[in-house]
Amino acid sequence: MAEPMRIRATMTGDVADVKVLMNHPMETGQRKDAKTGQLVPAHFIQEVTATVGGATVLSANLGSGVSKNPYLGFKVKGAKAGDKVVVNWSDNKGDKNTAETTIA
Amino acid sequence: MNALRRNVLKGAAGASTVAIAVAAGLLKPTQAMAAWNAPAFDAKNVGAAMKGLDVSSPADSKDIVIKAPDIAENGAVVPVEVTSKIAGTTSIAILAEKNGTPLVGNFTLSGGAQGFISTRIKMGQTSLVRAVVKAGGKSYTAAKEVKVTIGGCGG
Repeated sequence: MAEPMRIRATMTGDVADVKVLMNHPMETGQRKDAKTGQLVPAHFIQEVTATVGGATVLSANLGSGVSKNPYLGFKVKGAKAGDKVVVNWSDNKGDKNTAETTIA
Repeated sequence: MNALRRNVLKGAAGASTVAIAVAAGLLKPTQAMAAWNAPAFDAKNVGAAMKGLDVSSPADSKDIVIKAPDIAENGAVVPVEVTSKIAGTTSIAILAEKNGTPLVGNFTLSGGAQGFISTRIKMGQTSLVRAVVKAGGKSYTAAKEVKVTIGGCGG
């Protein structure tokens, strides 16, 4: 179910620029299936956490108002090249995924 | 309709319970943050969502910059970038005011993360996109109008 996500982290000066692209349908629960006319059940990422070098830098709650295949960008000061960046998410159905990279 | 009202009421009660638990020190703020804030996300209007976030009457701030298109042709994907220049920014929440459930995301920053969040949101119709920033125990806000030609909710 959980498809791989893409993550990239680059240093700009002394700030690490982290970009994450998650693969997820992000169903609001309000959309109707075009064929059956039934509501598509809500299915969206609820929690995202990110760590850089083992320290939590971001813990986010998302709602169904985030676009399909969510993109998330954030900046971390004081990180250095080679630090490990780990991003985890979990959705309202209990699916989870994680991805990691090192800052380039 | 009545069921909806019940939910809203339940949501409001739930939010204050969490707030009391935090105040009493029963829950560490980090733990409270980690759990998905259902009352705030289920809220059907901006006021209730802010209450769920434990924010009351945030001050308008020019130090919050919202970068979003003036006109979004496709409401399903509206890029939004929020930069907070307020020192000690600890969280950024993004709300699309006229969405069925206005709260889109609440981002808690720590460990050197800067006051910056970039993401893409859905918008049902033309509305203000509001950012609510918490810094040093106070809350600040700014908003920018985005005109939507094709809504991205339901459809």
